[in-house]
Amino acid sequence: MAQLNYEDVQVGDQLPEHVCGPISRATLALFAGASGDYNPIHIDSDFAKKAGMPDVFAHGMLSMAYLAQLLTNWVDQSQLREYGVRFTSIAPVLATVTCKGRVVEKGEVDGEPCVKVEITAEVDDGTKTLVGDAVVGFS
Amino acid sequence: MAVDRFPVEASHIMMFARSVADDNQIYYDEEYAKETEPGGIIAPPTFAQASAQFDPDYFLRPKVGEPWFGSGGEPTGIKRESSGGGGGGGGGGGLHAEQHFEYHRHVGPGDVLTATTGPGKTWEKEGKRSGKLMFSESVTEYRDQNGELVITARGVGVRTERPVDQ
Repeated sequence: MAQLNYEDVQVGDQLPEHVCGPISRATLALFAGASGDYNPIHIDSDFAKKAGMPDVFAHGMLSMAYLAQLLTNWVDQSQLREYGVRFTSIAPVLATVTCKGRVVEKGEVDGEPCVKVEITAEVDDGTKTLVGDAVVGFS
Repeated sequence: MAVDRFPVEASHIMMFARSVADDNQIYYDEEYAKETEPGGIIAPPTFAQASAQFDPDYFLRPKVGEPWFGSGGEPTGIKRESSGGGGGGGGGGGLHAEQHFEYHRHVGPGDVLTATTGPGKTWEKEGKRSGKLMFSESVTEYRDQNGELVITARGVGVRTERPVDQ
């Protein structure tokens, strides 16, 4: 990956979009197994329907893993200092997730040059499923 | 959440990365990873959530011979009364509203982590369709085999006063 320098990053810069999915039922099963989140609401459509949902839906943490890739495709993971999201809506099964980010601040944190990015994940109809931010260090 | 022993293994990291369709070779290839800044394979940013299955009391941990929340049968499974959000993820109480990670150093194969969770802030909001929304935060500290803090995770769970109006 081409190394990005602190001087090259400006407030307002957009991160290259990152598109994931569509989230198949198989994806949900794989993620359940690997993450240890075996909640049947994500993998058992009978269960989901009985619980009042139209169908299974994606783990919030799956979208959070996708959104992390927006960051680690942009800079090395070793530069990631903080990463957090609010789960604002669910991603239905078969959704395609589009991850976007924008640099909103530059400055020092504990003596290290850092940038803050605002990030979102959204599904096909534009509904935002995750809204969050991250701090990236450039020491 | 309390995890006494979460051994981080290369195969688990690989399966996690595959499941989220991440082909960054730093999660798969030791030779490639040697040439990177961390100097070896590392775990993806949200991998710490996988520690949950190493908590003997995790409500989604399969228990042989006894019902657990994913074991089927009744549509709502077993009633669970845990409080707060999931430490590493997965929202322990109600819905998972927020998840935050603060990274102190990399986690990689060979690390043996512990996780201890303590309560954080609680707050309320007036919801439009479900009465009061009750938020509760939990803070999980992941430490390595030397007791060094590697990740601080903050989860927020939300419960509603009553079912959401349809």
